[in-house]
Amino acid sequence: MVTRLNGALRRCCVAWLAAASLALPAAVAAQERFITMASTTSTEQSGLFPHLLPAFRAATGIDVHVVAVGTGQALDIGRRGDADLLFVHDRAAEEKFVAEGWGLRRRDVMYNDFVLIGPKSDPAAVKGKDIVAALGKLAGATAIFVSRGDNSGTHAAELRYWKSAGIDAPAARLAHYQSCGCGMGPALNIASSSNAYVLADRGTWLNFKNRGELTVLVEGDSRLFNQYGVIVVNPARHPHVKVALAQAFADWVVAPAGQAVIASYKIGGEQLFFPDATPQSPRLDAHQSRASSPRPEAG
Amino acid sequence: MATAAPAEPVALITLRDATVSFGDVCAVRGANVSVHAGEAIAVVGANGSGKTTLLRLLHGAVAHGGVRSIASSAMRQAMVFQRPFLLHLSVLNNLRLALWLGARRLSVDERRARAAEALQRVGLFDLRHRPARSLSGGEQQRLALARGWAIRPDILFLDEPTANLDPSAKKEVESLLASFAADGMTLVMSTHNLGQAKRLATRIIYMDGGRIDLDLPTAEFFSIHSGRRADLFLKGDLSWSLD
Amino acid sequence: MSAVAVSIATAFRLIVGGDPVLLRTVALSFAVSGTACLIAAAFGLVAGAWLAIAIFPGRRVVLLALDTLLALPSVVVGLVVYLALSRSGPLGSWGILFTPAAMVIAQTILVVPVVAALARQVVADALRDGGDQLRSMGAGPLLGAMLLLLHERWAVVTLLLIAFGRAVSEVGAVMIVGGNIDGVTRVMTTAIALETSKGDLPLALALGLVLLAVVALVNVLIAFIPRGRGLAVAELR
Repeated sequence: MVTRLNGALRRCCVAWLAAASLALPAAVAAQERFITMASTTSTEQSGLFPHLLPAFRAATGIDVHVVAVGTGQALDIGRRGDADLLFVHDRAAEEKFVAEGWGLRRRDVMYNDFVLIGPKSDPAAVKGKDIVAALGKLAGATAIFVSRGDNSGTHAAELRYWKSAGIDAPAARLAHYQSCGCGMGPALNIASSSNAYVLADRGTWLNFKNRGELTVLVEGDSRLFNQYGVIVVNPARHPHVKVALAQAFADWVVAPAGQAVIASYKIGGEQLFFPDATPQSPRLDAHQSRASSPRPEAG
Repeated sequence: MATAAPAEPVALITLRDATVSFGDVCAVRGANVSVHAGEAIAVVGANGSGKTTLLRLLHGAVAHGGVRSIASSAMRQAMVFQRPFLLHLSVLNNLRLALWLGARRLSVDERRARAAEALQRVGLFDLRHRPARSLSGGEQQRLALARGWAIRPDILFLDEPTANLDPSAKKEVESLLASFAADGMTLVMSTHNLGQAKRLATRIIYMDGGRIDLDLPTAEFFSIHSGRRADLFLKGDLSWSLD
Repeated sequence: MSAVAVSIATAFRLIVGGDPVLLRTVALSFAVSGTACLIAAAFGLVAGAWLAIAIFPGRRVVLLALDTLLALPSVVVGLVVYLALSRSGPLGSWGILFTPAAMVIAQTILVVPVVAALARQVVADALRDGGDQLRSMGAGPLLGAMLLLLHERWAVVTLLLIAFGRAVSEVGAVMIVGGNIDGVTRVMTTAIALETSKGDLPLALALGLVLLAVVALVNVLIAFIPRGRGLAVAELR
């Protein structure tokens, strides 16, 4: 009786050890050189990282662990010191982050754009190149508008456009405004199932498979451009931050090598992100000097 | 008929005015009794007369009023119940567990030897690897006896050990008990079978309504005023076994 | 309905194809949840056995609290563990946030009440049958309770499977404390959540089917262990 149980127990332990050992390489890899980067769900869902990060790894041997959450949460992660750097797209919030001393200098990396998505039938007749005018029309119409309502960069941009259209608090003022408190994908899912309008980043939209009747209605307005920035978390606030490794990424992604990789990322032949890092004092050295000497920080 | 045990001055357990109550119900009242080494005591009485409670009281398993004193705290006791609780283990492992619990000072090898010996004694050695729960009622009770005997207890308590058994199993158990008693082990058992009491016991305690009514050596108990015995029999309290 | 058919086909293809990323994700799910269950078993079985026999003032309150913890939302556990393990939190110096270790901790906390509450019930029921006799044989209260768990080991196996199910199927805790990092802390449930939020519902559903299939396989393997005098699951109240 007991011996049979021992046999079964042994088999269970073997199976569990097998599972653990399959997972172990991942855990062991985690012990190598790596940095934790807080980014946004929309960036992750655009599929950029599997394209960008291996190139960085090949160049420097550094792994990037991406925690993808909403911009608000990403900044919170940075403030708590749970990430080594941020890669988000809400310039105002980013500059505040740096101004409050949580991050070192913010640098432009790339931009993509937002698009206004809606049903092909376009009951509110918003189609065109002017986002503010479009939202103005939506305010007067009865068609549903879905908002992410989650403090993300996309949500912040959306509120800015409403404000430009003269509507300060769309959630309060518009009856047909639905705030889901969710990521871009789920918001698109909701819009798709209720034939609603939604502001989305192009990347998530291009990867989105559940389109239903939805299509792009407003694009190309320069106000729709969505600027990405990279910020290394300030080691003065969080001494454990892997500054050298994080700075290596920040430097690489704004250098011609990184920028080229960004530009080469395409979905269905279409380029998604447009690199726009402005050249600073050139720090194009290989990673070796970065890792060994502490970097003098500019403001 | 069991041979009378030589009078032993050593009182292993003594109760003085002991009382046991469960809530409002008084199961045993004013018990004054001593158990001496080498005795084989049968506690008889109707259901609800307090036999089981008296046994548990002597064993020390129940809260009580009055005084219970024992000869030595190192005294080993074992109890065999009407329905033995056997774990989902083999016969052998049940026994080894009991030895581990009740005779911890022995080494592993000594325990193994004792277990084998006990199984031989009760005739279960060939069944030692069977799941204990798959044994028949009589075999399970013999295992319980082996469990108790293996730790070489100073006193072995038995609560109606054969009540659930068929006649042949009953006979096997009784012959084992007789052999234990012949080896000098002190036995205290409850039964409502007078024939069994007569066969096995050197002393009989008769309980009625929670009180010890009679406490006599076996020969005396069965020879006292036959009117008294007839009273008991006619009351229907005692079953008179034919064999 | 065709989405479901697509999902089933995708699930089949994934299982048969042996995609390494999928294998690694499944293995991580099992490693994290399995470890959490083992640790929870070590603490929860003893705690449950002890609660079945211990008498102390406030026992009723403790049992009530334990039963309430059965409904602990996984996302709440995740949040609490995150705040504790964050660099800005009390245990930040451990530096294990966003690693599988943090996920194991969160799932252990989630699952210990399940193990303890069910173990307590198993022991309490078994005590009625054998408590007196074990005591008579010389077992102290806690030892007797643990022996009863050994006695009812198939009920214990069932309750550990219940705990494992709770752990491997939850997403709230591992998402928050693990961060769903690709290749590091992505498990099946967080992968499903990710694919859902990307709008790739057939793939999400397929991954769900794969997870269920692997758990079913584990249950089949366990069911084939000969039980002898085993208890029926129905006896586990």
